[in-house]
Amino acid sequence: MHLVALVAIPALFGLLTLRWRAVPVQLGALLGGAALHLGLTAAAWVWRPAPLGDSLALDDVGMLFLSITSVLFAAAAVYAVEYLTAPTHYEPAKLHRFVPYLLLFLAAMTLVTTTHHFAVLWVAIEATTLASAPLVYFYRRGPALEAAWKYLMICSVGIALALLGTFFLAAAATAAGPGAPSLTLRGLTAAAPAMPRAWLRAAFVLALVGYGTKMGLAPMHTWLPDTHSQAPSPVSALLSGALLNCAFLGVLRFFQVCLASGDAAFARTLLTLLGFVSIAVATAFLFGQRDYKRLFAYSSVENMGILAVGVGLGGAATYGAMLHAVNHSFAKAGLFLLAGNVLRRYGTTDARAVQGAVAQLPLSGPLLFALFLAISGMPPFGPFMSELTIFQAALAGPSWWLGVAFITLLVVAALGLAGVLLPMLQGGAPAGSVPARERALAVAPPFVLAAVVLLLGVYVPGALADFLGRVARLVGGAS
Amino acid sequence: MTAFADGLLLLVLVTDLYILASSRLAACVRATAVQGVLLAALPLVLWGPGGGVPLVHLLLMSAGALAVKAGVIPALLLRAAREANARREVEPYVSLHLSVLLGAALVGLSLWLARVLVPPGDVAATLLVPAAFATALLGFLMLVARKYAVTQVVGYLMLDNGVFIFGQSLAGSLPVMVELGILLDLLVAVFVMGIAIHHISREFDHIDTRALASLRD
Repeated sequence: MHLVALVAIPALFGLLTLRWRAVPVQLGALLGGAALHLGLTAAAWVWRPAPLGDSLALDDVGMLFLSITSVLFAAAAVYAVEYLTAPTHYEPAKLHRFVPYLLLFLAAMTLVTTTHHFAVLWVAIEATTLASAPLVYFYRRGPALEAAWKYLMICSVGIALALLGTFFLAAAATAAGPGAPSLTLRGLTAAAPAMPRAWLRAAFVLALVGYGTKMGLAPMHTWLPDTHSQAPSPVSALLSGALLNCAFLGVLRFFQVCLASGDAAFARTLLTLLGFVSIAVATAFLFGQRDYKRLFAYSSVENMGILAVGVGLGGAATYGAMLHAVNHSFAKAGLFLLAGNVLRRYGTTDARAVQGAVAQLPLSGPLLFALFLAISGMPPFGPFMSELTIFQAALAGPSWWLGVAFITLLVVAALGLAGVLLPMLQGGAPAGSVPARERALAVAPPFVLAAVVLLLGVYVPGALADFLGRVARLVGGAS
Repeated sequence: MTAFADGLLLLVLVTDLYILASSRLAACVRATAVQGVLLAALPLVLWGPGGGVPLVHLLLMSAGALAVKAGVIPALLLRAAREANARREVEPYVSLHLSVLLGAALVGLSLWLARVLVPPGDVAATLLVPAAFATALLGFLMLVARKYAVTQVVGYLMLDNGVFIFGQSLAGSLPVMVELGILLDLLVAVFVMGIAIHHISREFDHIDTRALASLRD
């Protein structure tokens, strides 16, 4: 029941808000839905919910991504209240075009994290695209519509390939044993050792390309910078921090089947390769980037590459990747929320038109600087620790040069970020301008996220480290 | 039943090529409706009485595919095309002649692919896997070779139809609720695309996707 409630409550609230458009109903449903979801997720840490058959179950991997999603949604919801009720520079925001889809988006992402059935997983990931597309074209302007169209077409096509991959896996399972194949994680991992290799490998390639499109791995990432830069800032925060992880989970589920088959080397090679391609491509686009929201979007492509490399390398690098998933999600969501505050103040996403953000935005400016340090992998923030873990594991592994390439690319990427962001932050305010009076609701959510990122860099609690170790072992790593 | 199923799949291939070759938007969309009818018949023909799949399951699948692929989606697309005042031609990037030639080459590629990847289990129709790959690949071609938003959705639909055909080789292994869920997802996807086309045509006065190329680095 616990798992059903986790999915059904946001879905129900979403459907209700489609119907009732009164402002108190919309805001109540948004905050209430976020609070209930967060509460249920916290409760799941104490009392692990009982699985419903083999299809709906919460394992440690799902738990990790569910928790990230739930916390980020709560932060984005609180931020969105201020964002939607304050006058924007475009037009009076229409709550009923925002809140229902945000809640349905949460329901779909929750289903992704709680299902063990591969076809349901596919349905849920496609549902995340459909629920979030109206959020992307929230402003109904030309560029936003263009971004939404690319998002819909590219991701739907990618995901259609993932469905073909799912069917391939079913075909492989049919060949593996007598009787109708089961598409649950348990059934597939049991059948995996006897699966014909050609079908299993073809299935993994299709899933990696399909879900990898949604995850933003290069060269299938082309929708991502457009979508993340055109969506309203709280939506960008969720797309980057929560949705990309959910697509990553889709890839991980297929990877788990490859692991169970005893033939994971092929999958590891592909993950590492696509990961490096993503880091390299994203780094190239960080330099001289003119739009700071696109800058953060390309940084997401880079970080998804880091996750893929970590899982591809295995061993302690997988632990690092899981820790990095948490770090990146929190830091990037915080950055996108702060980008919303900068956009409010300056009225443009052009990085060169923004100067003296630290002086003009006395709270958001310094926070932006802190999270810039975090996402660039500087100590004492969390991403430094997780990237270091992956780097050390790569150096210790058989291909040490991969570790060298990894750290070189990350340093170059950090320089690219600094080249765009530091000029925005520095400089005095123009004469006669007064620093903005920032509203608490617009600053508190990114502040909390930044605090978590800082905390994870200084000290990872033992219980959390144990938990991440268990997650890493489930996806072929060691702690 | 094999001969009958293969005949049906051959007709699917014919509709594929017809869609690729037709110069009229409305003809394109109507051909996808015809393809939808053929696909709806496929589960019944392949796994019909005595095929080891419960009849209720087959009927639900068939009815679902008929309603979604042959009914609602073509209607949605025709309305989107009309509302957007699209010119009636399909506006190809790649000329129609070349499209058909490429299409024929892709059909050949699919036949070869099906020889390499032989599906396990006992599939009744020899054309099932080649037809699945061909429909998906030609859908891809439609996606990249046409300018209008509506024709791109037709391409997406063909890609999905290809996956659907391949899924028929697994009939019965997926719970019927999940199969209907997949159809529902497709329906909602095309619905949301239709709404997006509506907004795009209001914003840009046409649905030529060349206008959708301002976002770049």
